[in-house]
Amino acid sequence: MTTSEIETRERLTPGPASSAIVWEYSPSLESTDHVKIAPRYNLFIGGKFVEPHSKKWFPTINPATEERLSEVAEADAVDVDRAVAEARRAYDKVWRKIAPSERAKYIFRIARLIQEKSRALAVAETLDGGKPIKESRDIDIPLAAAHFFYYAGWADKLEYAFPNRNVASIGVAGQIIPWNFPLLMAAWKLAPALAAGNTIVLKPAETTPLTALMLAEIIQEAELPPGVVNIITGAGATGAALVAHEDVDKIAFTGSTEVGKRIQRSISGTKKKLTLELGGKAPNIVFDDAPLDQAVEGIINGIYFNQGHVCCAGSRLFVQESVVEPIIRKLRERVQTLRVGNPLDKNTDVGAINSREQLERIRELVESGVEEGAEIFQSSCALPARGFWFAPTFFTGVAQSYRIATEEIFGPVLSVLTFRTPEEAIEKANNTPYGLSAGVWTEKGSRILKMTQKLRAGVVWANTYNKFDPASPFGGFKESGFGREGGLHGLAPYVVLS
Amino acid sequence: MSESLITHSPAYVPALFRRSLADALEMAHGVDAVAAEERAAALAKRSLKKESKVWGLKLAISMMDLTTLEGKDTPGKVHALCQKAMRPDPSDPTLPHVGAVCVYPTMVPFVRQALKGSGVHIASVATGFPSGQTFTSIKVQETRETVAAGADEIDMVIDRGAFLSGNYQKVFDEIAEIKEACGPAHLKVILETGELANYDQVRRASLIAMFAGADFIKTSTGKVTVNATLPVTLVMLEAIRDFLHTTGKKIGMKPAGGIATAKLALSYLVMLYETLGGEWMTPDLFRFGASSLLNDVLMQLRKERTGAYQSGDYFTID
Repeated sequence: MTTSEIETRERLTPGPASSAIVWEYSPSLESTDHVKIAPRYNLFIGGKFVEPHSKKWFPTINPATEERLSEVAEADAVDVDRAVAEARRAYDKVWRKIAPSERAKYIFRIARLIQEKSRALAVAETLDGGKPIKESRDIDIPLAAAHFFYYAGWADKLEYAFPNRNVASIGVAGQIIPWNFPLLMAAWKLAPALAAGNTIVLKPAETTPLTALMLAEIIQEAELPPGVVNIITGAGATGAALVAHEDVDKIAFTGSTEVGKRIQRSISGTKKKLTLELGGKAPNIVFDDAPLDQAVEGIINGIYFNQGHVCCAGSRLFVQESVVEPIIRKLRERVQTLRVGNPLDKNTDVGAINSREQLERIRELVESGVEEGAEIFQSSCALPARGFWFAPTFFTGVAQSYRIATEEIFGPVLSVLTFRTPEEAIEKANNTPYGLSAGVWTEKGSRILKMTQKLRAGVVWANTYNKFDPASPFGGFKESGFGREGGLHGLAPYVVLS
Repeated sequence: MSESLITHSPAYVPALFRRSLADALEMAHGVDAVAAEERAAALAKRSLKKESKVWGLKLAISMMDLTTLEGKDTPGKVHALCQKAMRPDPSDPTLPHVGAVCVYPTMVPFVRQALKGSGVHIASVATGFPSGQTFTSIKVQETRETVAAGADEIDMVIDRGAFLSGNYQKVFDEIAEIKEACGPAHLKVILETGELANYDQVRRASLIAMFAGADFIKTSTGKVTVNATLPVTLVMLEAIRDFLHTTGKKIGMKPAGGIATAKLALSYLVMLYETLGGEWMTPDLFRFGASSLLNDVLMQLRKERTGAYQSGDYFTID
């Protein structure tokens, strides 16, 4: 039989073989009518929602539509002072004194309530932040509940966490969290602090305050003693006032390296303890013996998960030169299949950029990449007319010196670089002021072990990427910060050992 | 290969479907099981509604190889199945006929008679189905006779014994020989992935089958404990994609066994669409090997049409 015979066999469907079919998935929208978002939120201080001293409120919008969702209070220095005072009172009078097993009960209760309200929380997270509903539904909210469950278990076992030491709580913790995983970051911060016996003033990011405020309602429902957790909203000035407050014993911050450095400067010389979880420019390293199709999935997940608004995003892809051709080809095809659009659609893979400001920053850096001479590939997907959107993008021909290879973009933009030997890969991967995470793709176990020893990164994923678990510590090297969140290690920043 | 060699020996002219075993093995890199299963699970979470669901289900009917492979098969049973194949739901004339009816070789003449002029293909399992544990000469003979009896498509099984003992050459040669015996009939090569132990082997077997001349690669016989799964199908689709890139030839895919619900069938189609694209959304390049899937699909379609689910009693068994 010849090739031509194969091609001329009887066909079951009329039309030429190359007539590619487009299968439009009908919209499959998560309903929003079950979510109650109040028109206005006040500050959660001393177990009650109270009007801000400033008498000012600012809007929070849906970045996918630019529609206003609600407005939230702007806390000023007086409000911060009130919140810290309530936290101090609750610490002295209640939280430091009650039995650790009682603390655990409250934390378990919060965890269960998050599970019960997970659907509403997921929708609110997606509305306020722009992330796809499948991510808030399957990752953000379940992981947030899991963190509370995990640390609830530690509350009455601290002496086993730190054997042969006396374990005491610190006092009042000021916690400032970012906008990329709003509820999850609140959980990362609150759960270990509560388990270790501290009280808290938490400030969510100004673009994504809603789920933290819904968490405040959950905390009320859980009947946590008033003042143990206080949640105040506001922008940078509110955060600065919290950091500067003299009665705060501990600061925990997740956000940009720039702000992290400012915080570190401002509290130097004080007794305040500090943990910082800052930016990253993670290397994702693909060797020529890697499982290529799965590596491509890992690359996609590494950079386009949550629109690339991920501090540990695999934003620098290092590919061994012998497999550059197949990897780029597969990457191009795969990027094209990403479904970009309405974050409430259950089939959406990539949602909206969190804010106009962030979109501007992404655009500026992408333009710099084009100007510096890198070759750009962008998905040809249609983008909605309103809202903040950026098509999934990657650059090839990127030199180590380009801005897109050195600066954190915090968007759906990947820089592809190449290497020849493992030594070169390690050298290039470590050639950054950051050191939060890294990925290694190879079928060779011994190479994985060698790479993990040499990569200067807090988290190294092997043949996977962006995997999180409450039992696993997370945190950075170098300018990606210090201190660990998650796991046994995540308790250490919230205790005093003697 | 030098020009002179080709001139002197026409046998060396490489046909597109006749590459060597070495070509296949060169592309058989590893598959990461955890990540492949994760990707398959993610695709299965796609939510298909309304028009897109109806369209997908109708396509699924046209891709179905309606199958009966029992020792107790009779001309009567096969005749009934053929009626169902041609008119899946007499109450809805807009539905397409199924892709093919798949039977044992001795049943082929009866199927041929029943399906005459309908456009439904006749598929038959040959080569010592389902174990494949017989002599190559007998497999070849069985294939020839089955094609002569009227089969358009031959579903062969690979020699898993040879494959698992590392005798890839034997597997390759046997497929090539059966392909030749098929003549104008289509060759679907069943890997019996449930017996291949891991995804690395599935990928390797897929590539060997394609390089040896398969028109389709197929997961399972339906006669072992583990039949088609989404991750196995994904690994095979990815091998088809790599083969297309290397040779320019499009190979079909047929998951078989254990696909009993419309929802699962849609997940397979989503996986196909998002891995190989719209060009593969045709019964020429994708089939479901199934016996009980059709009625669930019909039930879902009637629900979309009338707004209410109806009892199984309203759908004929065959």
